Amino acid sequence: MAIRSTFTVPKRFQTISMALMAFGLLSIIGLWVTSGSSSDPAEQARFWASLLQNSVFFLLVVNASMFFICITTLAWGGWQMAFRRVPEAISAVVPVIGVICGAILLAIVFGDNHTIYHWTDAEHVTHDPILSHKKGFLNKPFFAIATIVTIAGWSLLGWKMRQLSRKLDNEPLATLEERKKYIFSNTVWAALFIVLFSLTVMSSIPWLWLMSIDAHWYSTMYSWYTFASTFVSGMALIALFVIFLKNNDYLEYVNNEHLHDLGKFMFAFSVFWTYLWFSQFMLIWYANIPEETVYFQPRAHGIYKGIFWLMFIINFIAPLLILMTRNAKRNYGTVALMAVLIIFGHWLDFYQMVFPAVSPNKVPNILYDLGIALGFVGLIMYVTAKALAKAPLLARNHPFVKESLIHHT
Amino acid sequence: MAKKKFIVGNFTDEAVLFPAVKKVRRAGYKLHDVFTPFPIHGLDKEMGLRDTSLHTAGFIFGITGTTTAVSFITWALTIDWAINFGGKPYFALPAWIPVTFELTVLFAAVGMVLTFCWLCQLAPFVKKDHFNPRSTDDTFVMALECTSATNDTEAKQFLQTIGATDVTIETRETGWWLGSYATDKMRFEKN
Repeated sequence: MAIRSTFTVPKRFQTISMALMAFGLLSIIGLWVTSGSSSDPAEQARFWASLLQNSVFFLLVVNASMFFICITTLAWGGWQMAFRRVPEAISAVVPVIGVICGAILLAIVFGDNHTIYHWTDAEHVTHDPILSHKKGFLNKPFFAIATIVTIAGWSLLGWKMRQLSRKLDNEPLATLEERKKYIFSNTVWAALFIVLFSLTVMSSIPWLWLMSIDAHWYSTMYSWYTFASTFVSGMALIALFVIFLKNNDYLEYVNNEHLHDLGKFMFAFSVFWTYLWFSQFMLIWYANIPEETVYFQPRAHGIYKGIFWLMFIINFIAPLLILMTRNAKRNYGTVALMAVLIIFGHWLDFYQMVFPAVSPNKVPNILYDLGIALGFVGLIMYVTAKALAKAPLLARNHPFVKESLIHHT
Repeated sequence: MAKKKFIVGNFTDEAVLFPAVKKVRRAGYKLHDVFTPFPIHGLDKEMGLRDTSLHTAGFIFGITGTTTAVSFITWALTIDWAINFGGKPYFALPAWIPVTFELTVLFAAVGMVLTFCWLCQLAPFVKKDHFNPRSTDDTFVMALECTSATNDTEAKQFLQTIGATDVTIETRETGWWLGSYATDKMRFEKN
């Protein structure tokens, strides 16, 4: 069979992704009719919280692809070169979901409904000593500027990294000096991205976007925990696309060895996520201070108990036991199944981050949120496939490509 | 102790060693071991070694550590010497997780080191016999074991034709310092 070096989007794939997007749009309209258009502020908040949870989760997941590219670039890793175009294509979704997510966040912050971010209620903040103390960080202009700068920064630096990679397709590097220079410029841009990433995803952005929903409560571990959640889902997403392409006779140089390493990332970061999740939980449980336990009361003991423990089983116990053996990580079926499960599990994790504060008295109907999530999945499939089709699937002229072809674990 | 005869050859290039291992196995000689100065990816597969059982041992040691920690702390803090810490329940599982984790790691690590030594038959003050000291420096040393079916001179010539240099016939006393990879002895004997 001839080697197929460029991806053409299969008709069926395109139809499915369009159908999913349509389904997501229908879910949004349905939720708008049942909740969003209501005059009750709590019901309105339920609509916006669903959009917030889905768009933030999927934005951070696709952005994790660019983080993966940048850390492997900084570490001068070569093993990922055989499938590097896949995370590159996934990261092309960042500007698209970024615009959606930014619009939703700004609409919530500047809207009249203060149920989700109650620190936006200026009248309330004056009577609230804790919130007025946090005014320097939790205020509308800062939120807006941080959100816009962050999303623009991820998009621009991601675009630059993709440009650097695609530049080589038509003009191979002739001499050793040129190759060294190329690797150096890659390293510099990747380092810039990592700096931005650590200032945003690993610290300030989850505090602003998610933790400020429970504005009285805080945890310094929160951002790392969010990062671990989205990074493991991002790796699962990369693995899914790699397996999909492999099943369709693309990526002829990717073999069990590369899949094994992707599986290792999924396994290791599931355990890392649990470590952070448990550290946050245990310190609060042990100290037993009311200001802190207020966060876990509705989650671990209240009406969100089911989601909370289900998510713990899916995100820790299942990957620990199923992905532990070498054979499981080298099996396409097992890795694909676990990837879907992990993405769903961390989506549930975000669900229990957002909703207990927004809807404390009843668990909202999760089917609407799942419908919207499927819409975002369709969007990711559609844009990623478009981006994959634009460039050859192997960055043939990259100096490290040979390392990936002979990769052996 | 019984004596065994080995045919030992040196290789200086990986690109020669890999096909040589394949040819030796195809010709039906009993490959005792290949000694290399550094780990070579894929050589274990080429030599037909089975997957290591070290990870299974590690899992069992780890589970043992978990059980030990949980059962001992449970016994100590709920039955033998129950103390009320800040109104917490006696069975305060979250507080014990760090200790349980550490004991799991400790048991798994120590157990796996000892298992590794036992599997490779390493011990303090025991010198392993690897036929040629250059295998710790710059050459790959291949040792074939002579069985009742092996013609020594033929085997020696065979090693030379597939690229080995300094081929010698050596005799060693059997014992655990030689290693005992040969679980399928019968296949190589004359019948």
